[in-house]
Amino acid sequence: MSMSAMRVVIAVFPGSNCDRDMMVAMEQLTGRRPQLVWHKETTLDPFDLIIIPGGFSFGDYLRCGALAGRSPVMDAVMDHAARGGAVLGVCNGFQVLTETGMLPGVLLRNAGLNYVCRDTRIKVGDTIASPFTSGLAVGTELTIPVAHNEGNYFASDDDLNRLEDNGQIAFTYVESDIHGPANPNGAAKDIAGIVSPNGRVMGMMPHPERAMTPSIGGGDGALLLSTCLEALAS
Amino acid sequence: MQVVVNISLKEGVLDPQGRAIEHSLRGLGFQEVSEVRVGKQITLDIDEADPARLHQRVARMCETLLSNTVIEDYVIEIVEQE
Repeated sequence: MSMSAMRVVIAVFPGSNCDRDMMVAMEQLTGRRPQLVWHKETTLDPFDLIIIPGGFSFGDYLRCGALAGRSPVMDAVMDHAARGGAVLGVCNGFQVLTETGMLPGVLLRNAGLNYVCRDTRIKVGDTIASPFTSGLAVGTELTIPVAHNEGNYFASDDDLNRLEDNGQIAFTYVESDIHGPANPNGAAKDIAGIVSPNGRVMGMMPHPERAMTPSIGGGDGALLLSTCLEALAS
Repeated sequence: MQVVVNISLKEGVLDPQGRAIEHSLRGLGFQEVSEVRVGKQITLDIDEADPARLHQRVARMCETLLSNTVIEDYVIEIVEQE
């Protein structure tokens, strides 16, 4: 399959606000416009990758991602994942994936109590085989912006050890010349992104779809997403 | 029946909101304050007369949506009605 044949679906919830940025990013890379799917849909056309975008689904009511995680469309997402399908959750999408239990842990309020919106430097971990990281050498550093109030990754010590032992920590925040602490939110083990035990589901706080063009915010997001699409297409 | 669910962060889970409130209280002169934690309370009216079944149903609600058991504990209180 070529990258242009990739069928990408983006789930849209009330309060999603990065769905269109992600759509533009995916179209830029594949030449094919992804399908936006409303959260009430239960039967989806066949697809290769489903993305849960950033935003404030359901106004972050109850807990970030809690209500979106129980939306009808999530059954299709979970079925897709159970069949070994690829799922990407960015920011609020990461929060949604943890709320469904597809990924362990939870994203707490940032330790500094501030909404953080700026570039971060992240490093590719020594990760299990995963389409989301396989195109990038271990240790590769990328500059990708974050924009969140609840990005403070938390999990039990057992879960954290398991993530580390299994190679599920895909991205960690690292020191750079970017102003501010390397870890913008207090996340355990400096975690910026994790993958499921089979590597097919990834959640990450930084927004690759906001780093698609060197002239606007850098191109490292395009690098990350294009390597994902290439790995999924091969 | 009316049910009150109290949801609180588990011990050991950082509560930056509670810490900020504590800081603010101390700034207002309440030096005796410590260990401020913020939780939430959800009240529900439920059409179920049997207390045991009611409790079981609400516990299911807590486990599936109302609380995130990774970080939160919940306490269910059934309010007696006349």
